[in-house]
Amino acid sequence: MKHPSTPYTWTGPRPEGRRGWFNLLVGACILGWALQWSADGAQLSWSELAAGLPQIVDFLSRTLPPDMHILSRLVAPALETVQIAVWGTLLGVLPAIPLSFLAARNLQSNRWVYQGTRQALNVVRSINELILALVFVSAVGLGPFPGVLALALHGAGMLGKFFADAIEEIDQGPLEALRATGARPLQVIVFGVLPQVLTAWIAVVLYRFEVNLRSATVLGMVGAGGLGFELVSSLKLFRYPETATCIIIITVMVIVADTLSSQLRHRIQRSGRH
Amino acid sequence: MIRIRQLTKRYGDNAVLRGVDLDAAPGEFVVVLGESGAGKSTLLRCVNRLAVADGGELEVGGMDAVRCMDTRALRQRVAMIFQHHNVVPRLSALKNVLTGRLGAVSTLASVMHFFSRADIELAHECLGRVGLAHKAHERTDSLSGGQMQRVGIARALAQQPRLILADEPVASLDPQTSRKVLQYLHDASRDLGITVLCNLHQVDYAREFADRIVGLSQGRVVFDGAPQAMGQDDIDRIYMPQPAFQMKGAAGPIAPSMPLMAGTGK
Repeated sequence: MKHPSTPYTWTGPRPEGRRGWFNLLVGACILGWALQWSADGAQLSWSELAAGLPQIVDFLSRTLPPDMHILSRLVAPALETVQIAVWGTLLGVLPAIPLSFLAARNLQSNRWVYQGTRQALNVVRSINELILALVFVSAVGLGPFPGVLALALHGAGMLGKFFADAIEEIDQGPLEALRATGARPLQVIVFGVLPQVLTAWIAVVLYRFEVNLRSATVLGMVGAGGLGFELVSSLKLFRYPETATCIIIITVMVIVADTLSSQLRHRIQRSGRH
Repeated sequence: MIRIRQLTKRYGDNAVLRGVDLDAAPGEFVVVLGESGAGKSTLLRCVNRLAVADGGELEVGGMDAVRCMDTRALRQRVAMIFQHHNVVPRLSALKNVLTGRLGAVSTLASVMHFFSRADIELAHECLGRVGLAHKAHERTDSLSGGQMQRVGIARALAQQPRLILADEPVASLDPQTSRKVLQYLHDASRDLGITVLCNLHQVDYAREFADRIVGLSQGRVVFDGAPQAMGQDDIDRIYMPQPAFQMKGAAGPIAPSMPLMAGTGK
């Protein structure tokens, strides 16, 4: 039966009693104050943005249409970017694997080793790749190699953490069954842990490759090879149409990498069930 | 084969095993009956040292399982079958059965996935024993629950153990599959002379398959004898209601169903 004139009632969460309403009010005031304080510090100004819109349009008009004549000059750096990304990923995966076993709570009984490894991975992850690249440039000189090292180190931190998280989520039952057959720890890892984490690990490695591809493009800014160098030079020479071309190439590479890796991940997922 | 005297084990305040005595001869199929919480699982896990007993004697095939230093040597002789099969889902059935050999093969070769031809043939034979030879190369997670449990049995057989510990192997299976699984276990044990210590909930399966029944209640043995010798009062003692905590209908699953027992062995 339809009741067209039934009033609506709020069924969402409701504060309870006087105390509840008071807390809600106080919370809202604090939130409002915090947002205001952050906006002041960040110097938000909508009027400035509006006033600056013509400048944006001007910049765009000087950038477009992109200068396609330099495409042939960009092929080599683009390929170099891919090469940097490939080895940056691979060299990151290799140390991440053994570290992840130490950083997984269900495999590592020693709390100090577990915490120590986890924190070390966090530290490595927090340092921005550009800073790492600078350090390596001063160590091994300019060129793509310091870029590879920077991506590898940063990647080892990120992959180590993700690998360890994947290990912590596996089913413990099969591991116990393997131990009950008298298997040694390494055998338990190969036959019990790896088959269960393989899908997740491959997915995160592919994701890391995409990230490295994007990062490799900017490492050139510190002289660590790849398209970044061309990008920054064109900016410094005010040749914005060339900058646009660089950006287009970077975008195309990322799109291709993303498509390939989704296909691959989809295939792996599918072969993962029947 | 097994000699247990006054085994004790507590988890915190909870004394799960309070002095268990048990013997098993080579080749015997012993079924352990008892309520949930009576200590059946703990008893089994003490035998292969997945749990460490607090006190008492536990000898398995001449090895001291309580004070044992070499756990792996002990576990090579003792195979376990779990209630939730605990197979590795992504591996094929054959690979899962081969993992039963891990204790006995070289670490380096096995982690590279190298197994000797003899081991692979053994694995095939064990799968054949449980009727799954045709599923050898299928991924284990594509099998049904009963089939996965049979892979677990094949894995235990591949270990070529002297003793098999089966911890409620059919608890998650329907009656028909349960009977099949227990039959496979029983036949394998008969043919290969393996001692089996099997935890069960179902009294009628115990009567059907056991050479001997051991009843556990509140951490102690309250019955130990042939199936024919087990009467209704023995069953009552095993599933004895605990005065303070008895909830209606929460006693052992078979204990209240008298019709099954009607006319047998009183």
